[in-house]
Amino acid sequence: MNWNSAAEFFAMGGYGLYVWGSYVVAAAFMLVEPVLAVRRRRRALRAVAAAE
Amino acid sequence: MSSTPIRLFTFAAPSRFYGLAGALTPWFWVATIALAAAGLYIGFFVAPTDATQGEAYRIIFIHVPAAWVSMVLYMAMAFWAGIGWAFKARLASMVARAIAPTGAMFTFVALWSGAFWGKPTWGTWWVWDARLTSYLILLFLYLGYIALVEAIDDTRRADNAGALVALVGAINVPIIYFSVKWWNTLHQGATISATVAPKMASTMLTAMLLMTLACWAYAFAVVLTRTRAIILEREGHADWAIALAREGSKQ
Repeated sequence: MNWNSAAEFFAMGGYGLYVWGSYVVAAAFMLVEPVLAVRRRRRALRAVAAAE
Repeated sequence: MSSTPIRLFTFAAPSRFYGLAGALTPWFWVATIALAAAGLYIGFFVAPTDATQGEAYRIIFIHVPAAWVSMVLYMAMAFWAGIGWAFKARLASMVARAIAPTGAMFTFVALWSGAFWGKPTWGTWWVWDARLTSYLILLFLYLGYIALVEAIDDTRRADNAGALVALVGAINVPIIYFSVKWWNTLHQGATISATVAPKMASTMLTAMLLMTLACWAYAFAVVLTRTRAIILEREGHADWAIALAREGSKQ
């Protein structure tokens, strides 16, 4: 175990801004992109149903 | 499909691929979550502090996987775009288009995390060295491909024009890979090689490989979902798609 407390974990040895700045942006993209892809498929399915 | 002599490509039929992709996607999501959880746990709680970089090095667990996956995705995009162009394979062109946004996303993540790693270790967010510049061009190639295919209304012509750009741009991927050898760059050379033992602690390597697999599972899940959307957008007039939509509206 590398950390003695939650505060120590979030501080990342003073590099918290850089480490979390990287991971938060990556996580945001990887949460939003699947939502957009799923919505696009649902929209396409609705369009097929509407065109019929 | 009866006119094609090759039976091997059963799943090249968009209708069959649609079903197969739909069946596989949930498993890729399960794999993404499991692999990312294991990779992040080992990366943050098991892997030791780096002797020279302290905790800043932990950015590696997202930076390197994103960069690897973005480069291989580009080659896959160019390959499928080329197949679609050369053999008029509809599904191949659709897959190429479905890959582009995910590849661009990983490229951006690698650039972003690279900047956030460069600042504390190099003292700068950005430097115009060969590795960073050629990798920035990869982002522009992805965005250029997307802009081009979206700008042309005729689907077939858009696919073909996109394939040309994707294939010409593919030369950039080996340039990125070898840039750290060919030029004197601020970016470090390869840590992982097929011929030499890795120059890093085994727990660090394990975390990095798990995160790479997580990114791959993620890429498959999203690209398959987007390919299904594109199939419906393009082949919505087909009987199977209409039957599917009717089934969906009943539920």
